[in-house]
Amino acid sequence: MKDADTPVPEQRELTEAAQQARAALASVDAVPGAPKPDPILVAHGIRRSFGGIVAVDVDRFEVQRGSITALIGPNGAGKTTFFNLLTGFDKPSTGAWSFDGTPMDGVPPHRTAARGMVRTFQLTKSLTKLPVIENMKLGATGQRGEKWWNGLFPWRWTAQEAEIEARADELLRRFKLDHMRDEYAGALSGGQRKLLEMARALMTDPTLVMLDEPMAGVNPALKQSLNQHVRGLRDLGMTVLFVEHDMDMVHDISDWVIVMAEGRVIAEGTPDDISTNTAVIDAYLGTHQGRSLLEDEL
Amino acid sequence: MDIGAVLENAILQFIGLNACYYAIAAIGLNVQFGYTGLLNFGQAGFMAAGAYGVGMTVSIMSISVWWGIGLGLLYSVALGLLMGAPTLRLRADYLAIVTIASAEIVRLVVRSVKFKGQFGGTDGLRNFAQAFQQVGIDLGLQPAQDYGWWIFTFSGRNLWNLIVGWSLVAIFGVIVWRLMKSPWGRVLKAIREDEDAVRSLGKSVFSYKMQALVFGGVIGAFAGMMLALGNASVQPDNFSRDLTFFVLTGLVLGGVAKVTGSIVGPMLFWGFYSFLDGLLRELVDKPVRIGDFTLLQSTDIGVVVFMIMGILLVLLMVYRPQGLFGNRKEMAFEGR
Repeated sequence: MKDADTPVPEQRELTEAAQQARAALASVDAVPGAPKPDPILVAHGIRRSFGGIVAVDVDRFEVQRGSITALIGPNGAGKTTFFNLLTGFDKPSTGAWSFDGTPMDGVPPHRTAARGMVRTFQLTKSLTKLPVIENMKLGATGQRGEKWWNGLFPWRWTAQEAEIEARADELLRRFKLDHMRDEYAGALSGGQRKLLEMARALMTDPTLVMLDEPMAGVNPALKQSLNQHVRGLRDLGMTVLFVEHDMDMVHDISDWVIVMAEGRVIAEGTPDDISTNTAVIDAYLGTHQGRSLLEDEL
Repeated sequence: MDIGAVLENAILQFIGLNACYYAIAAIGLNVQFGYTGLLNFGQAGFMAAGAYGVGMTVSIMSISVWWGIGLGLLYSVALGLLMGAPTLRLRADYLAIVTIASAEIVRLVVRSVKFKGQFGGTDGLRNFAQAFQQVGIDLGLQPAQDYGWWIFTFSGRNLWNLIVGWSLVAIFGVIVWRLMKSPWGRVLKAIREDEDAVRSLGKSVFSYKMQALVFGGVIGAFAGMMLALGNASVQPDNFSRDLTFFVLTGLVLGGVAKVTGSIVGPMLFWGFYSFLDGLLRELVDKPVRIGDFTLLQSTDIGVVVFMIMGILLVLLMVYRPQGLFGNRKEMAFEGR
């Protein structure tokens, strides 16, 4: 139950990008594996088992271009494993998927990133012994100075480096980390590290941003600004897929919600569809919730 | 007892040929271990690759010793690729196991009877450094004549070795320092911190680790070449595990991920080692006894020196974990 003064999504002015995303998804059936009008990411029959345990078994999974899609589910639902599979950090036993029309199966993680599909991690991976600005500059792709034969000849990369640095500073300002620019990343708080990781991911100039629990360990004040940053990505034309446990955030910013449980997609729909979906409530709270056992027998 | 002579010798060792090739090897090891986080325990193998590269030229292949530089490079690159290809995708510990084993394989192969014709067996190789020494003579340094002042007096031959050796230290020091300031160096440092983060940002971690391993190995090969040319001989047992760990200890003493640390650390290590060794030898002119119990005699010195060095290193790690030149601030974020 929300307080009367808490803004609900409908009351907020939706940006053009948000309206477009919601309009495109309005015609999509709220069923698991529903085809989207303009999917950027399409996966079929992805299955990954560890020994006898099937961690992920997804028949069909599509993400609408330009939308913010949330991937939710109880602990152990296989969300992070699914992320790892899609980004090449893990290999599925079977299955095929494509990003922006190009097949991605068997593509190593560094190539996925180079193609515009970037991810962050549930446990932040800030490079603690590098300054914040160096963390940021590392994110830029196609750097000439990263070739060993160019390293010794600064004139081949200083111009590019200056461009990258300007872009990094711009992003740091946007994420309000500019005052920490020259500090070691290890000196940042947990929430700031989440911001840094997101900002660094943006340095790769991605088309699809995959965030693994961006809100975990972030204080409520920072959550609001993180929410805005994620919405901002959609306005800049990026597609966002995120895993999250924070239901307020999911309800607040996502255009579409996909629910996983026990490795499968069990439900899809708009945030409102999902909050009333019985399959989802069952998955989170257990079957037969709110009914007496006797009733169930009948 | 002559403490003056002990000190004098220690100071000469501090800037001597051994310290010099330890420093070159440590600069290379620093690229792998200090900057990239690769646990290379086989730097002696790379040094052997360089040393045998120059050693095999004149006596085995009947070509000029200068070809040895190319040959040493070739061997060390091949060794790096061979070590790295199966292990760099695995966890860091596996590289440590493979590198220490590879270095031993190299040593056992070159000292084997089977390949005596190629590598000279346990006797090693000699008579290949004349052309190198000749350059010094042509530049006016008479091999038998003494140059220098006060205690810093070297024969022309030694002086030439030291000039070339310390020039190499300077050259590689500057190269590594510049490279680590470049975006290439940034990727290496990032790999040391977190490989997956680097992967997620679109860099091929395997390729960068391989570059670091081979590059550091090539520098190690130059250390081996210097060892071979300076001593005018190569013996397989120069390249035992001790060598690797002397270099590694020197590097840690100086401070990892710092070029100055990688140069001064091995110098101090070797200088201090020589000092302790000399000091104990002076002390134990005759065995030190308490009653009938012999506390220390001259045959114990080698071991006791290592014990003292070990204790000092433990103390260093406790009170100054970043090494003498390391960055305290960086260390503060260890394991966070």
